[in-house]
Amino acid sequence: MTVLSFSDLNERCCRENKSVYQIALEEEALLQETAGEVIRLKVLENLLAMKDSIKHGLKSTEKSISGWCGDDCEKLRNGYKKRGALFGSVFEKITTYALAVTEENLRMGRIVACPTAGSCGIVPAVIIAAAEENKIPETIQINGLLTAGLIGLIISNKVQLAGAVAGCQAECGVASAMAASALAEMLGGSVKQILNASALALKNILGLTCDPVCGLVEVPCIKRNAFLAIHAVTAVELALCGVESKIPIDEVVDTLKITGQLMSPLLKETSQGGLAKTKTALGLEKLLFKNVN
Amino acid sequence: MEQKSIFSVISPIMAGPSSSHTAGAVRLGLMARNIYRDNFSKVKFILYNSFATTGFGHGTDKGLLAGVLGYSVDDVSIKNIFDIVRDVKYSYEYRQDISRHPNSVDIILDDKMTISGDSVGAGEIRINNINGFSANIDGSYHTLLLMYKDKPGMISKVSDIIQKQKVNIASLHCDRSSKGGTASMYVALDIPIGDDIAEEVKKIKDVFFVTNIRKLKQ
Repeated sequence: MTVLSFSDLNERCCRENKSVYQIALEEEALLQETAGEVIRLKVLENLLAMKDSIKHGLKSTEKSISGWCGDDCEKLRNGYKKRGALFGSVFEKITTYALAVTEENLRMGRIVACPTAGSCGIVPAVIIAAAEENKIPETIQINGLLTAGLIGLIISNKVQLAGAVAGCQAECGVASAMAASALAEMLGGSVKQILNASALALKNILGLTCDPVCGLVEVPCIKRNAFLAIHAVTAVELALCGVESKIPIDEVVDTLKITGQLMSPLLKETSQGGLAKTKTALGLEKLLFKNVN
Repeated sequence: MEQKSIFSVISPIMAGPSSSHTAGAVRLGLMARNIYRDNFSKVKFILYNSFATTGFGHGTDKGLLAGVLGYSVDDVSIKNIFDIVRDVKYSYEYRQDISRHPNSVDIILDDKMTISGDSVGAGEIRINNINGFSANIDGSYHTLLLMYKDKPGMISKVSDIIQKQKVNIASLHCDRSSKGGTASMYVALDIPIGDDIAEEVKKIKDVFFVTNIRKLKQ
């Protein structure tokens, strides 16, 4: 990928008068030595798998492998049926879909890692809920996912997208920045607005730790997907109104990396600190592992 | 910097919940199956470190078994694998060993072959030992593996046979127990060779084991 930084990307978009998804398509086609249409089909395959994961997740109330989680999506659906979501139907769908996908992941259902399995609910929830509510056609959704792909890729050139490396900033945080870029693209945002949306989303999750209870992708991961999906929408709303991140996105990514390095290993996917060391978590651990150890 | 694909951040399509502990486990199993290339009736898994402690909640045990039985990473029947499996005896052992990778496993097939590997993140894997010989197979190349009595000229004999097929060798890795002892050779190939070619390699004097390993999908 010749586009290694966001300033590279911005410059190239301006120079060639193209949007982020067009650059993503060109670069990917070049890398895979194939036609752009083949890449679009592959993106569509992932998009359809995301839609399937929502569909299955909405139907199922099966518990996760540990037996603790798996019915929160149903609670949302029932709750919203009674009183509707305070912030309208897009909010309702995004939160419900995010939980649907993440719960499906936890019961070993089929999902798309985006960028990781633990953060798999954020990008699909935002793209698909917004598309349904705004009647955005599939080709534009593909453009959104291509945009998210390039944003995530550029971030991953600088920092490995793993909780063990940089905490949850690098998983759900990056997923949120990817989702923001996708939505900004789908709503007709400019390159500048897309990059601002990503920067704003990323900037406001800096320092997020990875402290999963019992080392499982359940607590706090499942619900965090819903929170960070909404977080992405906040970033897009601001960016589309012209709000800019005073710190450019490249510098935000550098900050994320450095913050990850400064973060104690106890808070990076080791389950040795944070929520994983609470009284309740330790109790659950005893219960879960009594048969194993 | 190595060029990366956008599909490194919007893939794989997989059965959850963890790319390292589930998808990686399936791929380790699949790779062991590709290396063994024979029917088996018994398999034992020794899970190390994080695989041992959190593997249960991530379905690592199910993923490994599904992999050796040939299921792909996105197959949702992996979660029911214990109900599906017939005619294969399977068992698990859990160990802690800080000299091993955090997500590490030994897969022992029919008490005949021990394949050790690690799940190194995002579903990527590495097989690093087969029957005591060091290996370095990540599933991205078709690989010819052979074991033989260490002696001069083996590399040229093997490469001669492969060259006749006009197949390019991507990398070559050899190891031996001692001078004149048992040796192993891994030949990574740009395109797969037929099993008949592997048979031809097997006919070289003092070669006692050959397997023609197919690369993993994606």
